Amino acid sequence: MDFQSCVNIKKEWDIVGARQLGRDIAKKIGFGTVDQARIATAISELARNIYLYAGTGKVCFEAIEDINERGLRIVAMDEGPGIRDVSQVMEDGFSTSGGLGAGLPGVKRLMDDFDVISRQGEGTEVRVVKWLR
Amino acid sequence: MEANLKEIVLNNSNDIVKMWLEEVEKHRKHDYTSSISDELFESTNREFVNVIFTSLEKQGATNDIEGFAERLINLGWPLSYLTDGMQAFRRVTINYILGQSTKVDTQYFSEVLGKVDEWVDPVINQLVNEYSGSWENIVSLQKVALQELSAPLIPVMENITVMPLIGTIDTERAKLIMENLLDGVIKHHADVVLIDITGVPVVDTMVAHHIIQAAEAVRLIGSTCILVGIRPEIAQTIVNLGIDLSKFPTKSSLKKGFESALELTNRRIEDIQSKNNEIEELVDSLDRE
Repeated sequence: MDFQSCVNIKKEWDIVGARQLGRDIAKKIGFGTVDQARIATAISELARNIYLYAGTGKVCFEAIEDINERGLRIVAMDEGPGIRDVSQVMEDGFSTSGGLGAGLPGVKRLMDDFDVISRQGEGTEVRVVKWLR
Repeated sequence: MEANLKEIVLNNSNDIVKMWLEEVEKHRKHDYTSSISDELFESTNREFVNVIFTSLEKQGATNDIEGFAERLINLGWPLSYLTDGMQAFRRVTINYILGQSTKVDTQYFSEVLGKVDEWVDPVINQLVNEYSGSWENIVSLQKVALQELSAPLIPVMENITVMPLIGTIDTERAKLIMENLLDGVIKHHADVVLIDITGVPVVDTMVAHHIIQAAEAVRLIGSTCILVGIRPEIAQTIVNLGIDLSKFPTKSSLKKGFESALELTNRRIEDIQSKNNEIEELVDSLDRE
């Protein structure tokens, strides 16, 4: 693990800041343009979820550099209301805000590893990894 | 007692000014103002210290500070020059007063501190307000300018209009896009609208959602919306996200979109070169005869 940096999400424009930083880090690690777009889109979804549902939170980036594998880990965490039914939000087309309902399932398809930890009333943490191949 | 302190400072202004100038000059070596010429720096320092003393004398004569701050803002001097200067003034004045008095007990000390703060703080506050006011002004002006550019609609041909989108789309801009799009379609009697997203860096579910809504609204008022400028990587992320864009036509480039827009309005682009060739052939054949 090389470095870690975080972006606080408070306003809508912080989403842009988060994905720009994420894209820069992805570029530095050596991801191609398609994967950069995937990573930026995933960050955009995660950061927007924080902004929409929790209000405030942060998105952290971590470059993974092992001998065997290189990749980017993104952790989005908030102290919002939490997700009531995680399996429900992972279904395509489920949305409580009138959106497309493709956010979290979409992020899962965009990234390689995907993990949600959510406790009601305490907050949500989404950890995703994209491996460089 | 209070009047005394002020008198001490005003009567010995020459000494204090000298000390202050030395202090500011000391600060200068390792800092932002190093690119400013010596003459300008010196004259600005003199002016600054005059402003400080007049405000001290008149106790709240704000016009001088205002004018001075405004000029520095226009010249692009950093705010830290002013705050550093005021802090230097505070240090110098306190040192000077304490150095002058023979007996220094705690009460006197705190009185001096309080009094000098009373002089310095309002000036700092006002300077900071002037600066932040000017920044806020600039930011709001830029916001307006950006908003004017954010959703342009270009009528390129009769019944065909183009909306090129460049940069990030947030909720506010998405609303503006929808409004301009619908207004423009009615105003220009457009049958086909091309939305070009070549310049949109990231298409996430929110952006896609707004585009789908806009296209649906355009369909409701009887026109066709074609989404163009979908870059390969954006196409892949849209597929990964599982967004359904099949309800309206999409094209990879503005050129292709424009061609199908012409087709939809029963027109096509014809090469003028071929006509020339025909005429040449005609002339040739005439020559031969």
